[in-house]
Amino acid sequence: MRHIISILMENEPGALSRVVGLFSQRNFNIETLNVAATEDPSLSRLTVTTVGDDRVIEQITKHLNKLIDVIKLVDLTEGNHIERELMLVKVKALGAARDEVKRTVDIFRAQIVDVTPSLYTVQITGDATKLDAFLQAMGPVGILEVARTGVSGIARGDKVLSL
Amino acid sequence: MELLSGADMIARFLQDEGVEYIYGYPGGAALHIYDALFRQDKVKHILVRHEQAATHAADGYARASGKPGVVLVTSGPGATNAVTGIATAYMDSIPMVVLCGQVMSHLIGDDAFQETDIVGVTRPIVKHSFSIRHPSEIPDVLKKAFYLAATGRPGPVVVDIPKDMTAPTERYEYIYPKKVKMRSYNPVTRGHTGQIKKAVDMMLKAKRPVFYTGGGVVLGKACEGLTDLVQRLDYPITTTLMGIGAYPQSDRQCLGWLGMHGSYESNMAMHHADLVIAIGARFDDRVTNNTSKFCPTAKIIHVDIDPSSISKTIRADVPIVGPAASVINEMISLVQGQDIANPDALAQWWQQIEGWRAERVGKLYEPSDGGVLKSQEVVEALCRVTHGEAFVTTDVGQHQMFAAQYYKFDKPNRLITSGGLGTMGFGFPAAMGIKQNYPDDHVVCVTGEGSFQMMMQELSTCKQYAIGVKIVNLNNASLGMVRQWQDLNYKSRHAHSYMESLPDFHKLIEAYGFTAITVNTLDELEPALERAFADKHELVFLDVKVDPHEHVYPMQVPLGSMRDMLLSKTERT
Repeated sequence: MRHIISILMENEPGALSRVVGLFSQRNFNIETLNVAATEDPSLSRLTVTTVGDDRVIEQITKHLNKLIDVIKLVDLTEGNHIERELMLVKVKALGAARDEVKRTVDIFRAQIVDVTPSLYTVQITGDATKLDAFLQAMGPVGILEVARTGVSGIARGDKVLSL
Repeated sequence: MELLSGADMIARFLQDEGVEYIYGYPGGAALHIYDALFRQDKVKHILVRHEQAATHAADGYARASGKPGVVLVTSGPGATNAVTGIATAYMDSIPMVVLCGQVMSHLIGDDAFQETDIVGVTRPIVKHSFSIRHPSEIPDVLKKAFYLAATGRPGPVVVDIPKDMTAPTERYEYIYPKKVKMRSYNPVTRGHTGQIKKAVDMMLKAKRPVFYTGGGVVLGKACEGLTDLVQRLDYPITTTLMGIGAYPQSDRQCLGWLGMHGSYESNMAMHHADLVIAIGARFDDRVTNNTSKFCPTAKIIHVDIDPSSISKTIRADVPIVGPAASVINEMISLVQGQDIANPDALAQWWQQIEGWRAERVGKLYEPSDGGVLKSQEVVEALCRVTHGEAFVTTDVGQHQMFAAQYYKFDKPNRLITSGGLGTMGFGFPAAMGIKQNYPDDHVVCVTGEGSFQMMMQELSTCKQYAIGVKIVNLNNASLGMVRQWQDLNYKSRHAHSYMESLPDFHKLIEAYGFTAITVNTLDELEPALERAFADKHELVFLDVKVDPHEHVYPMQVPLGSMRDMLLSKTERT
């Protein structure tokens, strides 16, 4: 099963490589990963999506917790949560397809953020399945380039991941 | 206010931290530090002949003393040579601090002379690592390094020190940090009381219980508590290779050690148990054999300080995260005054175990009987001559297993061996590190001619510092364990497991000014050992010619259960 693990860790050089190294070293896999400093510049928040059965996920969280730079983590998929990913896509927009692309962008509540006579650059946010669906819809038109941020997430309700 | 250069801060910090010995080898990037060490006389630096030996010596010192071993090497090849020793310490959870010189900060990333990203290279084999980015950080970073190395589940910590951080011209305030606090590191101090209660309930109700304890009990200084607990319950105990001596091996309740080459009765007891009480052990593949067939009728209680060791390979029914000593003490207080629920079942269980024990008496190996000496006989004689009280280090292979099987250890930290990584070359430098900490004890390295040749340059170090270790070279002119596997799995095709062109060890040892004794027969053996151990401060090398055809038994059958064992070349369970 797919899990989204969010990690608060020291914003130190090398901290990211310890997390990434752990996954390859222990034969765990990474589907997506993103990382940035938080409102406290000494802290980074890293979100990783990974796939594994309960035993594997238990090992992943235990080993992550063991890293000295990791302060706290949460498996967001254990409870209600919001997950979002941002994607920028360049699609062909020529002739009749130009209107079709625009309509599809509206249906998906995406935005066109850059325009040339032959293409649109579309920005879309949502969970990973929505982004996948958009790409599928655009497939026949012609996708030129895709940039996805990877999943970021946060728990619903009062739960807070902080120090 | 005291102003010191980075290099002087390092030297001062080591003094303030109470470091007695530092093992190392100088080189360009470490020279400022070496100069600072030269200008003080509290911390003794031991110059090894290869950086791998520095890490093994520091490791041996750490295992015997319980204090972190300290290593100092230069950048590039100095640091990469230390890698095997760091990995060895990591696998066996040994506290160690490795100070590595690094090229100057402004050269990092330029492929400068003797530059290696040692933090990157060692990342998977350290508990943690640091890079110094400003000289003023040095006292705090070193304090953290020592704290991390020695607390929780111990392990090696690497500190990468660019040369400009130690420049003599730049001075900063030095204050020895008495305390250390890290928001991201809080090792557990005790186990969950509810879980411990649940475990004790199961322990008291068990019919066929067995304790299975490992290096965590030794590292956690919980051996006395363990012995008390095991004896109160009158339950059998088996230990891992790393746990040998945590419970006296000469006691009736001790079944020896378990796993691939463990004792018949240990493996049989594990397989038939209804409750396995694992403390400070990690169910590694050399213990469990096939995990799907492991202890089919047993519930598992697993106590470990490292949560990631619990349910890693074998699912625990009652997991307890905590230090062995405090958990065991809580168990003792809960057991106190309680009776076990099934004394008759326990009596029957002991009867069964004694039956297994009796089956193998006198059948463990065939004595040489006037022929070529057997390694087992040599280790038994060594144990007699040293009254079972020596520190015994080993390298890796058949001799390691024989040393662990036939020397009887009643104290912890007396068998010092590379259990996890299985590092050939470990034994001799480790023995040097121990001997310096215990100058009045016998320290003997049981080795083979294959392993010894991996680190024999350290004879020169022993000469320089008059380190009087004993070396028992079980010389079968072959890589015995490799040969054994080739006999069993490759129709005796001995691909590169022979040792042709061996040096004349006798002459080699004499070239360093030490005493060598060559032993060919059983008659010569005990007198040679007596002679070797006559003077505690003299290095003596025994070159003992042993049977190359001998195999280590028992040996678990691959993919089988704990009880599936070859017992000799012709018998199996």
